[in-house]
Amino acid sequence: MSEAHSRPKLAVWKFASCDGCQLSLLDCEDELLAVAEAIEIANFPEASRAVVAGPYDLSLVEGSITTPHDAERIRDIRAQSKTLVTIGACATAGGIQALRNFADVEAFTRIVYARPEYIATLAESTAIADHVAVDFELRGCPISKTQLLEVISAFLAGRRPVTPAHSVCVECKLRGTVCVMVAQGTPCLGPATHAGCGAICPAYDRGCYGCFGPMETPNPAALDARWGELGADRARRERVYRTFNAGAPAFREAAARIAAADEEES
Amino acid sequence: MSTRTIKVDYLARVEGEGAMHVTVEAGRVSRCELRIFEPPRFFEAFLRGREYAEAPDITARICGICPIAYQMSAVHAMEDIFGVRVGGPLRALRRLIYCGEWIESHVLHIYMLHAPDFIGYESAIEMARDHPELVRQGLRLKKIGNDLMTLVGGREIHPINVRVGGFYRVPRRHELETLRADLEWGMKAAEDTVHWAAGLAFPDFEQDYEFVALRHPHEYPFNEGRLVSSAGLDIPVNAFDEHFEEIHVPHSTSLHARLRARGNYFVGPLARYNLNFDRLSPRVQAAARAAGIAGGCRNPFQSIVVRALEVLHAYEEALAIIDAYVEPEAPVIDYEVRAGTGHGCTEAPRGICYHRYTVGADGLIGDAVIVPPTSQNQPTIENDLRGFVERHLDEDDERLQWLCEQAIRNYDPCISCSCHFLNLTVERR
Repeated sequence: MSEAHSRPKLAVWKFASCDGCQLSLLDCEDELLAVAEAIEIANFPEASRAVVAGPYDLSLVEGSITTPHDAERIRDIRAQSKTLVTIGACATAGGIQALRNFADVEAFTRIVYARPEYIATLAESTAIADHVAVDFELRGCPISKTQLLEVISAFLAGRRPVTPAHSVCVECKLRGTVCVMVAQGTPCLGPATHAGCGAICPAYDRGCYGCFGPMETPNPAALDARWGELGADRARRERVYRTFNAGAPAFREAAARIAAADEEES
Repeated sequence: MSTRTIKVDYLARVEGEGAMHVTVEAGRVSRCELRIFEPPRFFEAFLRGREYAEAPDITARICGICPIAYQMSAVHAMEDIFGVRVGGPLRALRRLIYCGEWIESHVLHIYMLHAPDFIGYESAIEMARDHPELVRQGLRLKKIGNDLMTLVGGREIHPINVRVGGFYRVPRRHELETLRADLEWGMKAAEDTVHWAAGLAFPDFEQDYEFVALRHPHEYPFNEGRLVSSAGLDIPVNAFDEHFEEIHVPHSTSLHARLRARGNYFVGPLARYNLNFDRLSPRVQAAARAAGIAGGCRNPFQSIVVRALEVLHAYEEALAIIDAYVEPEAPVIDYEVRAGTGHGCTEAPRGICYHRYTVGADGLIGDAVIVPPTSQNQPTIENDLRGFVERHLDEDDERLQWLCEQAIRNYDPCISCSCHFLNLTVERR
């Protein structure tokens, strides 16, 4: 933004993912054209076949690192990007495909592919921040498009994005939703889960299942005890942490602790 | 001997990562590959040991553009195991949320991914500078689809409300009524879209295809029906494995699907339309007649017109569902978990999406098989590229490359879905 007439350049990159988080930008139907006026969409293959060469002022990175080639590619993208923001659970925590981290990836390949030798893949699915410096992480599976617009607006204004790190519980209170765990005895991951979705699940009469990963200072041990009292068996309690944010440290540790307690008892 | 290579290393305006490589030697295509290098994500592997109830939430994450297709195929497969039959308003709500997905996915493709090819722009955003009203119409049409997904499903990407046996919470009648004005506008705008799309210039291109789609006794297909084809296939969904197979080729992390008896086949809007024209409403049929394709459509470049007709159908269907909606007494039907194997096949925007699960008496998944639409179309896309390049060798490389990209986009390939898709290289020797 050094020159009055040249807009900053935006690039959108994809690694192992479902495309949903970058789709969130195209899902900003009311804002998309205004965004494209404020920032030059320089490299966004899902939307355009035109590619403007780097360097880029803002890179949005979707997806996790799962192949040797992608581990190289992210370093090159970092080198071309002034500001790099990761978007979504795959990019910030390895995504659902990080379930391979707790299994034998060769066995996984044999289950899905008849010719495993054609497949090049790493043993673990890892977050972008495990490979390069990341300037900001936007959580969610998928991300919230309101928060995505906040990231872009904050970048254009030269400030840090405001995305609360408190729990989903606070969002339920703001939304006026009666607590499903207290009132209905429905196990809910909300107390340990990062805000951002707007507490959708409790508003639809189901417990939160942790799409946005761990909140800032979660207490999964206390929450797990409550889940146990509500009748959730150990296997279920372990699985709920091992889903879309299985690789996020607080959830990884929570699942490991539950699994270890299970082994001690049996 | 002259060799010519036409390639794209990273295909644009498709969902996911793929490339294309075509080699032409002495006027014949000697090699033609739609390369899928989307990294494998191993859904079928890590579904083993998960609870049956998690399948709709987990498989939704295969694709951010068509999560409902995965959720619907998953819940129908589980209901097949447990002997559950979801009818009445709950069934209607499933069709309603599927209308939302067809609308958001098809309109995204029509206006943002495919239209720029026909009018000569790199992107819809560039197109908006010269055609702002056209692009704004597309964005509003798409947004209403997303609004439907959000109201019924909780959010547009990876909805949270779909479960085995029904929903977690069903909408109140007055909530659905809030969409009426937008849906009525959308019907008219969808008709305009059909008219506009029918006026585009289409390359003259038809091949011999076997179309495969669901067919329902009364309805244009979403969730239920028999699997039928233009070559006479007519089987129940649970006979899928007997008639179809998946093979693994070196240039793709997506498995290619084939009909065991006849090889390549074609799924998606063209297949549904040609096999189910008589199930469309008089209003959609009239729009098809005005567009000049009421007698059938075999040119994949005209898929943009058929998608527009399906958008019109989805808008009309959504309004009809809302008109007839009676709030159900409970959001979910009671069922008992039992061991078994079940099949589900529903019509994703891009074509049939087949799931098969084996579940134990403990409710845990022992085995999962998922066949997404793009892996079924991949051999047909390669076959189109081969046929198209051979008929257009007089075009220069740049023009031919763009036309090849357009030929691929005819299928709205979802590479993320195929877990497995695209980069175009045409090599001329």
